[in-house]
Amino acid sequence: MSFLEVENLEVTYGAITALRDVSFSVEQGEIVTLVGANGAGKTTALRTITGMVAPSKGRVIFEGKDLLKVKAHNIVASGVTHVPEGRGMFGNLTVMENMELATWTRRKDKGQLKKDFDRVFSLFPRLAERKSQKSATLSGGEQQMLAVARALMSKGRLMLLDEPSMGLAPILVKEIFRILVDINRQGTTLLLVEQNAHMALKIAHRAYVLETGHVVMQGSAQELAKDSRIREAYLGG
Amino acid sequence: MSYFIQQLLNALQLGSIYALIALGYTMVYGVLGLINFAHGDIFMAGAFFGFFIAVMLKLSLVPTLLLAMFLAAVLGIAIERVAYRPLRKAPRMSLIITALGVSLFLENFTRATLGGQQRSFPKLLNVQEFALGGATVTNLQILIIVVSLVLMLLLRYVVQKTMIGKAMRAVSDNKEVLALMGISLDTVVMATFGIGSALAATAGILVGMAYPVIDPYMGIAVGWKAFIAAVLGGIGLIDGALVGGFILGFVEIFAAALLPSTYRDGIAFAILIIVLLLKPTGLLGRPVVKKV
Repeated sequence: MSFLEVENLEVTYGAITALRDVSFSVEQGEIVTLVGANGAGKTTALRTITGMVAPSKGRVIFEGKDLLKVKAHNIVASGVTHVPEGRGMFGNLTVMENMELATWTRRKDKGQLKKDFDRVFSLFPRLAERKSQKSATLSGGEQQMLAVARALMSKGRLMLLDEPSMGLAPILVKEIFRILVDINRQGTTLLLVEQNAHMALKIAHRAYVLETGHVVMQGSAQELAKDSRIREAYLGG
Repeated sequence: MSYFIQQLLNALQLGSIYALIALGYTMVYGVLGLINFAHGDIFMAGAFFGFFIAVMLKLSLVPTLLLAMFLAAVLGIAIERVAYRPLRKAPRMSLIITALGVSLFLENFTRATLGGQQRSFPKLLNVQEFALGGATVTNLQILIIVVSLVLMLLLRYVVQKTMIGKAMRAVSDNKEVLALMGISLDTVVMATFGIGSALAATAGILVGMAYPVIDPYMGIAVGWKAFIAAVLGGIGLIDGALVGGFILGFVEIFAAALLPSTYRDGIAFAILIIVLLLKPTGLLGRPVVKKV
């Protein structure tokens, strides 16, 4: 049994089928990426794992536990964090407040929290400088960092990331991805959804390619990055 | 001058009451986007809770107040659980109609079970007058103003500094992401209804003591005024409710002092209309920016 096992997932929005018979798995310690064009169903896959969307068929098993039976707000306590599409800022709250809310499920553990804040701020020194600034006033890159920092403060064992590169300048994308590799090395398993297949395949161990709601290819990230069909469709030849 | 001070105190007293009730409207709106039309009736229910606690249990002011706040919080939470939560994903209009229905239910159920007559509120305070710069002040007036201010400061602290307060502010920014932080929307909504209802109950008891009569329909006019206060200040904003409450209190008292007193409600509503024409999001509200 894998760390995360997604089996035969089917999700429909009204008459539209967003996911059809999608299966993938993530092993502990890996970075796995789901790549594919806009509308391929990548975001839906992540949203199903954390209970934001209810599938019509399929199973989601994390560490042997059926996540589809867990309420959305209890998923974090089960060990899965989710950096949502569009960063999901609480714009009127400060950087610090955004991060504090992410510690809701373990807010009693003050001593450990202090250490975790220090660790996350050392990873994102720019956020430390902007602690008391409203998150809506941050730049896009800083907001993305805050979204990742929040997920770190929730202390999951598996982190889902939805398009962390979206709307960012290439230099910032590089910085974010460097931090993601760091986070992975420190022991968090990552499931990364990306349109930027180039960057995603660079840091991932394995990858799945989604097209119009189903998995069309899978394999090691290295192999897929060399595959001619992938190069043509997602890496600009 | 003494006349002015007298009216100033009256305005502060009325404004505190409006502000206490307006906070409940604005908090629920901030969290759910719902105008809880039953909120004025929670104010009434709070006054009745206070009445029965004082008359039947013979408790003194502070325990009466605390117990009534608790009961009103339970009532507010129960209303949300039974009437609003099942409709959370329903069209906004259904929710508004339900809120009006709950309001009418509370008024008529209270009338049917307790009778529609006015009841004189028990004396929980030995009212004493004393002079202040030529004006006459009562210890009851001071009590109303001080209790209201203390509760407002307490609420501000809760909303700004505690986790549940931060969660309340976060909900209005992004409901969906709240769950990703491990926070249940239901928990936040319950806290919001509980706190708002407890504040309304306090206002109900303070009004009961000041008037000193209560009846099942006492929440209608006061509820509407408090709602106006919340919109005037900028609905969804805690400070907006405070600003709106005090402005409305001052306008009403001074309109009644300068004009025939029958004009005071007309003027209150006229001000609401003018402010909304000039600034649709209320005095402290930011203009709505549509994000692409």
